[in-house]
Amino acid sequence: MNLEDKLYTVGSKPDEAESHLAIKDPAPCLGPCEAKGRPCTTFCPARVYVWEVDRITVAYNNCLECTACRIGCPFQNIDCRFPRGGFGVAHKYG
Amino acid sequence: MNERFDCIVAGGGLAGLTAAYTMAKAGLKVAVIERGTAPGSKNVMGGVLYRQPTELVFPEFWKHAPVERPVAQQSLWVLGKKGAVEFGVKNPARTGPPYNAFTVLRAKFDKWLGRQVTDAGALIIPETVATDVIWQDGAVVGVKTDREDGDLYAGAVIAADGVFSQIALKAGLRPEWRMDQVSLAVKEVIALPAERIEDRFHLSDGAGATIELIGEATMGMMGIAFIYTNKDSLSVGVGIMLSEFVKQRRNPNDVLENLKAHKVVQPLLAGGVTREYVAHMIPEGGYESIPKLFTHGLLVAGDAAQLVNSFHREGSNLAMVSGRFAAETVIEAAQRGNFSASVLSRYRDRLDGSFVMKDMRQYAGIGSYLSRRPHYFTVYPDMVNDFLFEFFAIDSVPKREKLRIMIRKALDARSWFGMLKDGVGLLMRLLLKSV
Repeated sequence: MNLEDKLYTVGSKPDEAESHLAIKDPAPCLGPCEAKGRPCTTFCPARVYVWEVDRITVAYNNCLECTACRIGCPFQNIDCRFPRGGFGVAHKYG
Repeated sequence: MNERFDCIVAGGGLAGLTAAYTMAKAGLKVAVIERGTAPGSKNVMGGVLYRQPTELVFPEFWKHAPVERPVAQQSLWVLGKKGAVEFGVKNPARTGPPYNAFTVLRAKFDKWLGRQVTDAGALIIPETVATDVIWQDGAVVGVKTDREDGDLYAGAVIAADGVFSQIALKAGLRPEWRMDQVSLAVKEVIALPAERIEDRFHLSDGAGATIELIGEATMGMMGIAFIYTNKDSLSVGVGIMLSEFVKQRRNPNDVLENLKAHKVVQPLLAGGVTREYVAHMIPEGGYESIPKLFTHGLLVAGDAAQLVNSFHREGSNLAMVSGRFAAETVIEAAQRGNFSASVLSRYRDRLDGSFVMKDMRQYAGIGSYLSRRPHYFTVYPDMVNDFLFEFFAIDSVPKREKLRIMIRKALDARSWFGMLKDGVGLLMRLLLKSV
């Protein structure tokens, strides 16, 4: 089963107004993090972070709220918070 | 919201709901701040829930709560690339009282727990994130939330807001976790008819099974995989240290798919339909990572306090026990009208005097030891599998020669000295600490 189909199984209330995830500064991603393989683009269970030409894009509405990106970024360059109250994933089974 | 509470609990998980229930039953005015639409909607575990510690607060919960199956079979599979070696225990007696454990689905179970908390008189405030603490004269006197005019005041605050605890972090009780102090777990709930589950896992009378898997199950990374039986679904997942994912540049979902496709796992799952995919972090830093557990007006419980004994698959029980201890401490403090650190330090005494800290201390350092010995996850699983494969192969080779071949093969993977060091080292860490 591919990841996209799996993400469809996740119940969620997307927050269209604001993202709870952000890259703080594009410079480390473009520069020194290349040699480290830009870990957020691999360890994120929902592949929220994708390298596009010269920057990381953040598909925050796919986020499963594990919060690993806050710790796993080698440059502590990801501002990861919980979505606003009531938004984000809503597990049926958990 | 200018109401004042005796205690505000940040987070409606097992630690927080247990704490809130205990305090509400004692007559305290309690509020639980929950970021989901109801308790459980954000919560995840494997999940095995233990009866005895749960019953200390919720007697005979299993008669009413949505539990899945009582665990009557537990096994460990050492997964090699081609096969598996199994170790297991079957206890049909555990299909009835006194139960040892149940598989549960937290979205359902925690919702039920939340109702007990509400019935006991506590207020659950949903769809609200506890974002920070409020200080006054060096003591925590409340929490800030993401609601407008959302400040809430109380005699004490219990941070039960999970591994990502913003309350413990902002209050300065915990540092940001390092990536070698947490594991990252992903799980699928795979629907399968009950009869199929019972046939495939050899279960009767509604009993359940748990299987933990190491080795190829985590593609050699430090962690563990699991397959748990629910009523009419399986919970299948992997949990691996975040530092390993970063180092190996692997995606958790790819590791899970690798496990599901393994020749010995696939037949258990065949025909199942994935109903949900979830991800969560588990605090697995062990004893050394336990943060400061209290300050003036604030206590930290459950995952927020790194109370997980991963070696024994314990976390849910430690959350509930620490939640109860925190509640009992706040009840005492409320009676004395004194929420200072000296009174709240009784929380730490309770934990120290119980199995919680005794066990955490006994397994101190085991995580960092294993991370320096990757062979347990990379070399040995295949070695054990190959060894037994050869052992049971009847192929007209004399036994003595067979043994020589097997030993040579093992030595190619790891030296005598290395194996001796690994074996003795692990045993010493597990056994000698207990005396």
